[in-house]
Amino acid sequence: MSGRSLLAFLAVLAVLGLLGYGLLSKGSSGVELGSAVPTGELPALEGGGSGSVADYRGRWVLVNFWASWCGPCRQESPALQRFQRRHGGPGFTVLGIDTRDLSGDGAGFVREFGLTYPQLRDGDGDAAHDYGTTGVPESFLVDPAGKLRLARRGPVTEQYLSDFVVPLVSRGGKG
Amino acid sequence: MRALALLATVMALAGVAPAAAATRASLPDIEDEVMCPICGTLLELSESPQAEREKAFIRKRIAAGQTKAQIKDALVAEYGQEVLALPAGSGFDLSAYLVPIAGFVFAAAALLGAVLRWRRRGRAAAEAPAEPAPTGEEAERLDADLARYDL
Repeated sequence: MSGRSLLAFLAVLAVLGLLGYGLLSKGSSGVELGSAVPTGELPALEGGGSGSVADYRGRWVLVNFWASWCGPCRQESPALQRFQRRHGGPGFTVLGIDTRDLSGDGAGFVREFGLTYPQLRDGDGDAAHDYGTTGVPESFLVDPAGKLRLARRGPVTEQYLSDFVVPLVSRGGKG
Repeated sequence: MRALALLATVMALAGVAPAAAATRASLPDIEDEVMCPICGTLLELSESPQAEREKAFIRKRIAAGQTKAQIKDALVAEYGQEVLALPAGSGFDLSAYLVPIAGFVFAAAALLGAVLRWRRRGRAAAEAPAEPAPTGEEAERLDADLARYDL
């Protein structure tokens, strides 16, 4: 191979390497049922500090991705709050994750709907991407071992919660 | 004396006013440099509910007298680096700037090499010894052929 050919080969290799790195660094997304869910730390929506789904190991967690600008999120929030009031405790909690939203708007939304369950903030949408969400709202039921048991694209309703979430959560610590 | 003072004041204001106008942020100036994170398009092209919130966020800061840089920093704090339409000049994003430059340098070097090679060939052809003159027998044949074809 002549010097010129080698140089051209190396240049092509460098471009392909850059493209490959760019694609790989984006990473794949999505969690399959039965697989462990992402447990990255996220800042709390209000009051400082941070949190993660891993903090709730040993409890059922309904991870709910939402945003203040999202109409369907407004529809489902009262149902989620009622569900939390009824079932929240040492064995279960709803965990809200405000994604791709302005923190001030998110905090206003929490106050408007009187949400009492914990809230984290995912400003850049990385956590939502890791869960494989395609929009908001989306909810994921995580068992006490940190495995995904249910995934709901779109808003949850009282009916959905009582038909699909209650039967699993009422099993207590058994994932 | 009063006229001189007035003139000095006018000149000072004339110098300050354009500078202030240059640094004052405006929505059109910012929304073509930031993204609507949900839409994946420039903010100026987006009319989604999320984009409207983002525009309101920018307007509020303009009204508060923040500069363009301060507002863009605030947007990055809210949405992360991906809210910026132009990639950051560090880490892997730096390749967005370096690869085109490297490509340009590589293409310029290749073009220069091709031109130099072409000129070298042209010079070598000019310096090559002339074709030897035909011998007597060849010259006679050439004349006969030319006569035959009436050229």
